[in-house]
Amino acid sequence: MSEALPRFQVLTPSSVAEAVTALYAHPDALPHAGGTDLIVRLRKGLSETGTLVDLGGIAVLQGIDPDAGGLRIGAGVTLATLERAEALAAYPAIPKAVAVVAGPTHREVATLGGNLCLDTRCVYYNQSHWWRQSNGFCLKYKGDTCHVAPQGNRCRAAFSGDIAPALMVHGAKIEIAGPEGTRHLPVTDFYHEDGAAHTDLRPGEIVVAVHLPPPGPQSDYAKIRVRGAIDYPLAGIAVACTASSEGKRFTLAVTGTNSMPVLVKSPGVLGAADDSDAYFGALEKLVQKTVSPQRTGTLAPHYRRLSVSALAARLARRLA
Amino acid sequence: MKRIVSLEINGRVVEEVVADNMLLVDLLRDRLGLTGAKKGCDGGECGACTVLVDGRPRLSCITLAASCEGTRVETIEGQAKGGHLSALQRAFHENLGAQCGFCTPGMILAAESLLRDNPTPDEDQIRVALGGNLCRCTGYVKIIESVLVAAAEVRA
Repeated sequence: MSEALPRFQVLTPSSVAEAVTALYAHPDALPHAGGTDLIVRLRKGLSETGTLVDLGGIAVLQGIDPDAGGLRIGAGVTLATLERAEALAAYPAIPKAVAVVAGPTHREVATLGGNLCLDTRCVYYNQSHWWRQSNGFCLKYKGDTCHVAPQGNRCRAAFSGDIAPALMVHGAKIEIAGPEGTRHLPVTDFYHEDGAAHTDLRPGEIVVAVHLPPPGPQSDYAKIRVRGAIDYPLAGIAVACTASSEGKRFTLAVTGTNSMPVLVKSPGVLGAADDSDAYFGALEKLVQKTVSPQRTGTLAPHYRRLSVSALAARLARRLA
Repeated sequence: MKRIVSLEINGRVVEEVVADNMLLVDLLRDRLGLTGAKKGCDGGECGACTVLVDGRPRLSCITLAASCEGTRVETIEGQAKGGHLSALQRAFHENLGAQCGFCTPGMILAAESLLRDNPTPDEDQIRVALGGNLCRCTGYVKIIESVLVAAAEVRA
């Protein structure tokens, strides 16, 4: 029998309040939803805990419902459900990003909240215990040096969720519940540029839902990865395009290149009389300048920078 | 912590005392002797441990056994009925869909879930449905052909 999983107890709260109480009462407790990221981490000794708080029995974390002209999506909704949800067709980048998360069997149980809270990844971190031990561990866990950037004072592990950038270009907000009540944050503000502490979640807090404003822009998502059928993004890009009398306005968000998903500064409006080749060339350069991929994966940072910028321009051209 | 879990496995109700940290693949293989679900990568990357939980494909190596309370689990051992191979098992056998056979139980269960949803899949849909299942004998062409043959038989 496998001894790989550490000993832990599983608590099964039936409400958000119970889950928050359980998480707060056990400071080492970790929330468990689909488990596709967490169980693997526990197995590799990347997290230690004596308690898992299983969120699967909480009804309010389920459902995709109309909300002030937009949508409320429960954090516990599985990616397989999101992939097929007709209500999301009006936000094209989101189902497209969902459909390229991991493989189909992962998506059967993986959840929206789980993907938003996905741990950051690094070639010096996502290794077995003995591998990391022989390397003196790293700044993200048990060590004191970031092997990616030894001169720096923060962890450079890369945010690797596909869905956050798609939500960002559609202006989504995250609903968080915790010991001090409920708060709402734009997805953009939920993340920090620190691979060892990349979400804004405080002790006892969980993601309850995502709120989408009324649909508007056309959008798309694309990523590069090593294994086409199932892999984390080495870089990913979501693009939204809103048409108005002035012209077309693009919103872009990148994942996989920094410790957080990054919203690209607005590239300005593409007017009917503008030189589109010059515009998309400038947009490509803007993405190149915005991202800062590090040696966290198997592909060279420069390649990831160039390819995600090229993908951004390609998607924007298609949407224009 | 331990708890009693009651679930249906291949049509039989099973009650087992499981630790909270026990994985479904360990319950199946080590406790119940159902060794068809394979441990390949042990981390949700290869699909060799795929079983069906309530008809949907599930990676048993990253699924806690206790979370399967009240569910219906199907493994490769339950696919043959009355001494007859299932359509997919027969198609894999007759079309050389199995080489070493290690990935085959996972492949067949992922394909079984697809055919229940969509009895007329095209090649692309099969490739997507089996996207999480690795075959290191690199026999993907024969595997996809086997699923197409089984789909045709199920329809007939």
